Amino acid sequence: MKLSMNWLADFTDVSDISVKDYCDRMTDTGSKVEGWETLGEDIENVVVGRIASVVPHPDSDHLLICQLDCGTGEEIQIVTGAHNVYEGAVVPVAMVPAKLPGGVKIKAGKLRGVESNGMLCSIGELGLTTHDMPGAVEDGILILSDVGLGDAPLGQDIRKALSLTDSVVEFEITSNRPDCLSVIGLARETGVSFDRAVTIPTPPVPPVRGDGDDIGNYLKVEIREPSLCYRYSARVVKNVKIAPSPLWLRMRLRAAGVRPINNIVDVTNYVMLEYGQPMHAFDYACLEGSEILVRRAAAGEKFVSLDGVEHSLEDSMLVIADAKKPVALAGVMGGENSEITEGTKTVVFESAMFRGPSVRVSGKKLGMRTESSSRFEKGLDRENTVPALHRACELVALLGAGEIVDGEIDCYPTKAEPFTMPLEAEKINRFLGVSLTEEYMADVLRRLSCRVEDGIITVPSFRDDLRCMNDIAEEVLRIYGYQKFDSAPLCGETTQGGRTARQQYEQLVRDTLVGAGLCEAQTFSFISPKFYDKIRMAEDDPRRVSIVISNPLGEDTSIMRTTALPSMLNVLENNAAVKNRDARLFELASVYIPRGGENDLPDEEKRVVLGFYENTASDGRGFYRMKGIVEALLAASGVRGAEFAPVTNDPLFHPGRCAVLTVGDKKIGVFGEVHPQTAANFTIGAPTYLAELDFDALFGARAAVTEYVPLPKYPALERDFSFVCAEDTAVATLEKCMRRAGGPTLDSVKLFDIYRGPQIGAGRKSVSFAVMLRAADRTMTDEEADGAVKRITSSLEKECGAVLRS
Amino acid sequence: MKQTLLRIREEALRALSENGADLEALRIRYLGKKGELTAVLRGMGALSAEERPVIGQIANEVRAAIEEEITRRAAELKVAAIEARLASEKLDVTVPGDEVAVGHVHPISRIQREMEDIFIGMGYDIVEGPEVEYDYYNFQALNIPPDHPARDTQDTFYITDNILLRSQTSPVQVRTMEKRRPPIRIISPGRVYRSDAVDASHSPLFHQMEGLVVDRGVTMGNLKATLEMFARKMFGEDTRVRFRPHHFPFTEPSAEVDVSCFACGGKGCRLCKGEGWIEILGAGMVHPNVLRGCDIDPDEYSGFAFGMGIERVALLKYHIDDMRLLYENDVRFLAQF
Repeated sequence: MKLSMNWLADFTDVSDISVKDYCDRMTDTGSKVEGWETLGEDIENVVVGRIASVVPHPDSDHLLICQLDCGTGEEIQIVTGAHNVYEGAVVPVAMVPAKLPGGVKIKAGKLRGVESNGMLCSIGELGLTTHDMPGAVEDGILILSDVGLGDAPLGQDIRKALSLTDSVVEFEITSNRPDCLSVIGLARETGVSFDRAVTIPTPPVPPVRGDGDDIGNYLKVEIREPSLCYRYSARVVKNVKIAPSPLWLRMRLRAAGVRPINNIVDVTNYVMLEYGQPMHAFDYACLEGSEILVRRAAAGEKFVSLDGVEHSLEDSMLVIADAKKPVALAGVMGGENSEITEGTKTVVFESAMFRGPSVRVSGKKLGMRTESSSRFEKGLDRENTVPALHRACELVALLGAGEIVDGEIDCYPTKAEPFTMPLEAEKINRFLGVSLTEEYMADVLRRLSCRVEDGIITVPSFRDDLRCMNDIAEEVLRIYGYQKFDSAPLCGETTQGGRTARQQYEQLVRDTLVGAGLCEAQTFSFISPKFYDKIRMAEDDPRRVSIVISNPLGEDTSIMRTTALPSMLNVLENNAAVKNRDARLFELASVYIPRGGENDLPDEEKRVVLGFYENTASDGRGFYRMKGIVEALLAASGVRGAEFAPVTNDPLFHPGRCAVLTVGDKKIGVFGEVHPQTAANFTIGAPTYLAELDFDALFGARAAVTEYVPLPKYPALERDFSFVCAEDTAVATLEKCMRRAGGPTLDSVKLFDIYRGPQIGAGRKSVSFAVMLRAADRTMTDEEADGAVKRITSSLEKECGAVLRS
Repeated sequence: MKQTLLRIREEALRALSENGADLEALRIRYLGKKGELTAVLRGMGALSAEERPVIGQIANEVRAAIEEEITRRAAELKVAAIEARLASEKLDVTVPGDEVAVGHVHPISRIQREMEDIFIGMGYDIVEGPEVEYDYYNFQALNIPPDHPARDTQDTFYITDNILLRSQTSPVQVRTMEKRRPPIRIISPGRVYRSDAVDASHSPLFHQMEGLVVDRGVTMGNLKATLEMFARKMFGEDTRVRFRPHHFPFTEPSAEVDVSCFACGGKGCRLCKGEGWIEILGAGMVHPNVLRGCDIDPDEYSGFAFGMGIERVALLKYHIDDMRLLYENDVRFLAQF
């Protein structure tokens, strides 16, 4: 809402307060100021001047040399290229030095050798349009007599001459205060904020003409949907003379950001801005059947709004119709079919109160939001329709725009009762933590137009938002001052606070992965359904069933992901695109697994996703680096009994470089090298590795309490062996066999080399382990160790066909 | 004989100081079984009983002096040898160190953890809630009925008429109050969704942190004190807090809360656009309709709630001028946190 300070001055006087101070205080009391400007502040040293003479430029066909009388006693010579100037014309003169909108600076200069000491201005150069200054030409100098200002005194500041002397404050009005979408509403707030008197005159009932004519001769109104239209008031104006509005009115509309059109339309807009009551004017000649029906649209009924757009209406929408057709979409916009035109002779003024949600839904469905609908949808004051109508009539009379026909239509099926509630001063003080007197509170409320008598508050009709103690508390506090009340530390029962075990584990995972050299990523939870194809997910994979957003921003953010792997690939792709040589990342990602039922929320699960690509390493050990990170996470989590098994059929991964991690019979996740065909769908260009682990499965498998294992008291004997076995014998199989054979004396087995070569033979490999043997209760003898070694080697030979390499 | 001993000493000390690379050879030459000093001592039998102790003493002194010098020289040579080796091992210390991969927590997580820790210190629990949420929790239970204009200001992603992507973390307030009885002190950080196209200051997905306190006798003054404490810990001890009246359907009274600019201290700068204040959160006293809806009697209990954008704080605190950076996950960006 843009407020003209000149307009505000009609109701309350704050002329002694600087605009800045005004804005600060209004913000403090709850009318948030977004910004303010002084109109014409970008115009400097432009005055009214009269052209004393015009002669052609000796060296130019299109330039004219003018002598200007600007009331200084000396003539000023200005060269202009405009041809609508003539001797005696009164025009805006930018003197030297002058400033114009858009940062233009006027300096003295020579045009084709002739001195020019300023510039004559067009409306555009003054930041105005033909709507602001009807009668002015667009492509020439502004001739002040064209806009009715021919008698402006010479030398007068052009801003004054054009009434560009206003400050405009822009407010952000919250949705609970539609009453403040008006000059009068803001005047009330101004009054209470600065403790100033506010005078809101009651517009007079239009005087009876007594010419025998009556509104009844023109119109009857029927509200067919009283649940959607609470009140409908109307007046008729005859002998209308459509003309531009006077300058003062145009300038007020302009300050409020509304384009002046003509006197009748401007009056409706003026009243809307002043009273907060949207109004509409119909051309009576276009209404068929001398009646106005407030009814629902027929489904599919066609309607062309004032802006020329054709709409197909739904039966939920409320329209204003004559006997045959809709002439307005109630509260949103009038129809082209009954628009005020230059030929309009008789006008119907509508001042009505429609149900907010209905206006909102109609407007939303048709993609229309207007000054009118944005007021109605928040809920307006039913008591305001008639005063607004009277004010419109008053303005019509003032402007000489027509004659008000006697009689008024006011359909008001259910009168709203005033709302009352007790003033609970003590409760308010306790609730806010302040100690204000009941008198103070009552005074604030009275200044806010409430009636307070015997401890009972009667809320004014325009304050539907005041309904309970909290609402009253806010009113009192905002006027008292949100800055002023004291803060008081919270007392009461001690609460434990803190993170749950799962939340703590999340931190542990994050810290561990950061410690392992990975950067944390955060990616969108919604993805494109195409991402499932991009990672070559099987057609029948249950993860293809996702939660679908019905109104997405675009296809690429249209479903809630069931896996975060494509998001990670996308991040890696982004990094590769900016030529980052390596990127190692992880995400604690949410995935959304549908549960099937129409009204079920999905299971929101957490995944630990790891991903990296490497341009700097060419050792072919990327898979093992990924596994190392997974193992580090398992170690930090105290997970015991993790098992890894090959996965050969996940299309995302390399069939020979992918593993599933299980603990007990619980699957934790899958990791491996990305399949070259999957990688081809993402432009990464280096071997890429991914892991997706189920956070809650990890959480469930972790050792909740770390239990201390005593350190060994006796020394270990270390033996290294190499075994030759078939290429496809898994190292884990050998290890398990060794552990079984070694029994409790086998302290640890550690792989330290795998060798392939001609000495070993094709299809075979040599695997080397360092084995530690130890007895818990004594120093082991060499004989004992040799016995254990024998058991191990013979088991390996029998069970795995692995022969000790000599 | 005394002269011989003194000569031996003099010769030995000179030899040690001049040469001495082979200390062992010198030791053998003077002190060994066939050494010069031993030879002299062998001749002691010819001395008289009076002379023997005198010469013996001198001989012992000479031996001690030579031994001491050998030890000293040995130490000296050892040091010289180490120094020579060290000199040969000199490195160019300006050559870069071996790379160690260092990971980084995402700035959003980092700010979120910082905020959580502050409230945990004040006795708050962290409660999580679903991101795919019922309309009831996101709107209706928060005093935003189906036709409420506030629904327009938060353009919401819908799954069905009844299920949506939460547009705020506030539904967790309701879920918490349904499950727990006062005293309640919780925060709830998480992802929220609004249909804003991506640009430098908008994202269809961002993070909020909600706070809720419900107990007997909770006042608006308590809310102010709590947010002041938070602001001081989060933005620095000198930070001031400013409340401005505002409107939220689920709190009444409601406030927008600014903190004094932590870049300029309130004098006005680029970060605060010359205002001296930065808007950081929305807050208020829980609306009685919300309490009632959760079966908490507003005549017995009162509470406050607040909510803030985590990205907003991250952008301000780290002077990040483009929100998109947070979701592009360029490692050159992430490595700065």
